[in-house]
Amino acid sequence: MTSRPTETPTDAVPATASAIEIRGVRHDFGDVVALAGIDFAVARHERLGIVGPSGCGKSTLLSAIAGLLEPVEGTITIDEARSANERLARCALMPQRDLLLPWRTALANAAIALENRGVSRRQARDRARPLFERFGLAEFEERMPSQLSGGMRQRVAFLRTLMAEKDILLLDEPFAALDSITRAGMQEWLLGALAQEPRTVIFVTHDVDEALLLTNRLIVMSARPGRIVRTIQTDLRRDAPRREVVTSPEFAALKEIALEALEL
Amino acid sequence: MTNDSPGIAAPKGKRWKRSRSVVLTYAPPALVVIATIGLWELLIHLLDVPTYLLAPPSLIAETIGERAPELWSHSGVTLRETLVGFAFAVGAGLAFGLFLHFSTIARRALYPLLIASQSIPTVVLAPVFVLLLGFGMWPKVAIVGLFCFFPVVVGTIDGLAGVDPEYIRMMLTLDASRFGIFRRVEFPSALPQIFTGTRVGATYAAIGAVFGEWAGSEAGLGWQMIQAKGRLDTALVFADIVFITAMALSLFGLVSLVERLTIPWARRGGVMK
Repeated sequence: MTSRPTETPTDAVPATASAIEIRGVRHDFGDVVALAGIDFAVARHERLGIVGPSGCGKSTLLSAIAGLLEPVEGTITIDEARSANERLARCALMPQRDLLLPWRTALANAAIALENRGVSRRQARDRARPLFERFGLAEFEERMPSQLSGGMRQRVAFLRTLMAEKDILLLDEPFAALDSITRAGMQEWLLGALAQEPRTVIFVTHDVDEALLLTNRLIVMSARPGRIVRTIQTDLRRDAPRREVVTSPEFAALKEIALEALEL
Repeated sequence: MTNDSPGIAAPKGKRWKRSRSVVLTYAPPALVVIATIGLWELLIHLLDVPTYLLAPPSLIAETIGERAPELWSHSGVTLRETLVGFAFAVGAGLAFGLFLHFSTIARRALYPLLIASQSIPTVVLAPVFVLLLGFGMWPKVAIVGLFCFFPVVVGTIDGLAGVDPEYIRMMLTLDASRFGIFRRVEFPSALPQIFTGTRVGATYAAIGAVFGEWAGSEAGLGWQMIQAKGRLDTALVFADIVFITAMALSLFGLVSLVERLTIPWARRGGVMK
């Protein structure tokens, strides 16, 4: 088994430095300009939201940041690392579909990143087990994915992403496939999990409410070519219950700004 | 818990439902088989068909009973040819499928030829193999191998190529190496199709051996069939057919059993696509 170097450069960089810097990024697919003039930075442990209509290049942007593709123009720097392979070693991607492997138990699915790095099966599972306990998944370790509900599967998928031990989590519409009640529960669960395990998060969604609730800052994108049309500071106080937050005047005001930027 | 009777009644109902569905699955085809055999027997007696033209099921059964030792020993010969050829085909088919999957150049060069080679009727090669390899086991093994090789290769290649690329992207961000992706995602998710190819191969295997024996042999069910035909011993010809069919079905059943034990998740609707 080959394994990539896995040092987390958290301590090497001063806490004030940007974890991710994106400059002049442009990407084309054939004649279609998918992304143009993308510039932004993400601070360490910030939760940045990206919202935009379908086809605005959100997923392309995430793939580019993750190092799954190299943009045609511009640079993406993650803690000094510029090449796609170096970025790949620093990011973990959680896709919209849970993509749990149906032949692995929930626990074995969550532990897969450790196995990929050469940790033995048993050790990998032993290290994943405490997370199940901590994040409300105790008793579900040995279930097969087909025996879990959509929300549970998504939780396991998130634990799998956490277990990769990367500082940067790229969440690509992780709750889009869930019904709205399950989704609300998952949003609260995610905030709780990130409070315990702080990470730098880029959260792509097409749901404005979700973006406002989960992020510190929100980038609104336009479609074809995908450009940034607006950046919104979204730090909502999250000490009140969810229903109070979503019905508060601040929330309504931020939502109005976001919807206006989306031309809705 | 005010009413626990549904909790007790439910499993009973379920069990009843399951046994009912088993009956509904197996009873109709079984009835058709029984009716066909009955009709066959009846027509032969009614129309007074000579037994050397068409043997009635009762006579075939009688022949099987009387000549059991002979039938079993010829079955042993055919079975060995079948199993050895099948094992070679599965091993070589898997290896070749993996090779074509990993080597783009080899796939481009060889896959079209492999598909094209299927237009050659393998049966006509049987005499060639007899000339090359003699009257023993090996020409039959070669025919069986050729019969079964193709579905295994195609199952392997298609299974590996059909893996959802999103899984591979996800694995890349989870530090997987090329081999890690193969071992943890590509190979397991290709297994259902590999098994499908292997099952198809299993149904061909026994027939391949019989073809080989027809082309030239000194023993085996195919050889016995040719001999029986020459003596107008139609009942024995049918007895051989019964044994060959049973062999093909058993091999198919064996592969299905291994499949069920190896990839139970594929049956629970957890197949990735």
